[in-house]
Amino acid sequence: MGMAAESQFHVLAVDDSIIDRKLIERLLKTSSYQVTTVDSGSKALEFLGLHEDDTTNPSTPCVSPNNHQEVEVNLVITDYCMPGMTGYDLLKKIKESSSLRDIPVVIMSSENVPSRISRCLEEGAEEFFLKPVRLSDLNKLRPHLMKTKSKDQHQKQEKQEEKSAFQSPKQQQQEKEEHQQQQQASNNKRKAIEEGLSPERTRPRYNGITTVV
Amino acid sequence: MLGLGADRLRADMNRLLAFLFHQGILDEQYLQLQQLQDESSPNFVSEVVNIYFHESEKLLRNLRSLLMDREFSDYKKMGIHLNQFMGSSSSIGAKRVRNVCVAFRAASEQNNRAGCLRALELLEHEYCFLKNKLHELFQIEQQRVLAVGVRYPMQN
Repeated sequence: MGMAAESQFHVLAVDDSIIDRKLIERLLKTSSYQVTTVDSGSKALEFLGLHEDDTTNPSTPCVSPNNHQEVEVNLVITDYCMPGMTGYDLLKKIKESSSLRDIPVVIMSSENVPSRISRCLEEGAEEFFLKPVRLSDLNKLRPHLMKTKSKDQHQKQEKQEEKSAFQSPKQQQQEKEEHQQQQQASNNKRKAIEEGLSPERTRPRYNGITTVV
Repeated sequence: MLGLGADRLRADMNRLLAFLFHQGILDEQYLQLQQLQDESSPNFVSEVVNIYFHESEKLLRNLRSLLMDREFSDYKKMGIHLNQFMGSSSSIGAKRVRNVCVAFRAASEQNNRAGCLRALELLEHEYCFLKNKLHELFQIEQQRVLAVGVRYPMQN
């Protein structure tokens, strides 16, 4: 189909109902998203690389290095009513986490309770879907995803394209080489700084998800 | 002759579906399920419905054993089962079953044991009816697929 793997968004769906998990998975795949489903809030946090007992505690390393870095999640969609950790609890934990707070979160519920809806939206949920969720609901997701992922990359690319339009091929090549050299230099610089930091720093090294909105 | 078979089966299926919608047994969520079925997921509807049957029968057994217990008092637990049943029924478009769950839940919230028993009987009946109709629907669909296959045999 020609679509690069990186242009596919990865959605984490959380629901204790096996039927609803199957449904949301199908809905998301039909809309061309990559999907992972889990059946509880705690499993969701595990998948996101966050352990329940450390959120913004400065004296413990924030993130277990493995899961978090390899699996990028672009959006979390969760049921509200779940045993143990509710969707609202999960939302709070994500928004309280320095490494996860930029991930958009959507809540689903079978009950239309206005106070519940506003509570979730106030806590930072992007959308609130009433169940059963429809394909048309999922169309509302794309703007939130476009906002967070690749925004910087997109801006840089646009700028470069603008420039290239007015340059000769030779100029483009020179510019490219210069840019690469600069990148290398700044990478080395960044590396040096990072290595100088104390082990108590809380911000994770890999910043793949938390691009600026 | 075989061609007519496939068309007639399709007509049968549509008639059955129309009946089920008209009687309020199924609602448009069922159509949403059908829309999600395609070549990449050709058995989606029957897969979901079979999971629904499995889950529902478990819930019905739980509800019955709760109510049959002479010392039963855990209405809260019953409410949890009912919420699950309501949710899954709503997700597949099983409107009538869902509505009975709503009435059942109301009786449960009033700690009305007799009312709950009556609701359970009705729920079991509605569920049975739904299951039979859906099986009928799948059977017709299966036959139709076979009939179409015979009509347009695969070219090597």
